[in-house]
Amino acid sequence: MAEKSAMTGGSKGTLKGFDMADVNRGNRPLSPHLSIYRPQLTSITSILTRITGNALLISALFIVWWFLAAATSEEYFNVANGVITSWFGDLVMFFSVLGLWYHTLAGIRHLIWDNAIGLDLPTAYKMGYAVLIGSVVLTVLTVVIL
Amino acid sequence: MRYLTDRKKAVGMGSAKTGTAHFWAMKVSSVALLLLVPLFVFTFGCALGGTYEEVMAYYSRPFPAIVAALTFIIGFKHFNDGAQVLIEDYVHGMAQKISLILLTCISYAAMATGVFAIAKIAL
Repeated sequence: MAEKSAMTGGSKGTLKGFDMADVNRGNRPLSPHLSIYRPQLTSITSILTRITGNALLISALFIVWWFLAAATSEEYFNVANGVITSWFGDLVMFFSVLGLWYHTLAGIRHLIWDNAIGLDLPTAYKMGYAVLIGSVVLTVLTVVIL
Repeated sequence: MRYLTDRKKAVGMGSAKTGTAHFWAMKVSSVALLLLVPLFVFTFGCALGGTYEEVMAYYSRPFPAIVAALTFIIGFKHFNDGAQVLIEDYVHGMAQKISLILLTCISYAAMATGVFAIAKIAL
């Protein structure tokens, strides 16, 4: 009976996230992370994929605003168009194109990796350089064409 | 005293069983965007810089309008699925739930606004 009440107490404790087998919960060393690893091409290209993908929200919202303004009135269009074609807008669009091509090429790399192809270090490095150089080349091409 | 090992805590819980669907959705949208993104960059790039009349005329044509609408729909879905993983990695507890709800609102609001604007210009 005493054991049973102790067990009930135990399960209450578990609800609070505490039990005897895990007294150090929340107070354990983490596995080595950003602070301990030397930056490498593989880790940098990985985090850049995430950064570019999420940062593209800014230019995406800019473009949606531009379309909404065009759909609203000529005056409103001129306001949005003025912002997006200003030197600042050009700068945002330029880096967005760079980020977009980077994210696209990095995405292709992930689609290749998904088939368990190219996961060895030499190939991962080659594809990493291809993504970095390719995104710059595609950005230059885009600026030249448009 | 009660002892609950890590194994015992995990037994019977199972996986969330939704990971594959998210992975596949991401894969489908990324392949679609592989085609849509270049088409959108070069159609939108053509229109950008034009006068109001030129832009309205350009996006009254079916091809640029459909490309833009599809890019908004699939692009913001892809953004939503990707940013969801970002939030799940770095934000936890109640803040995570609030962030995920806000993310969904932003993604679908932007998607709807873009598609509405294209439809209004094109029709």
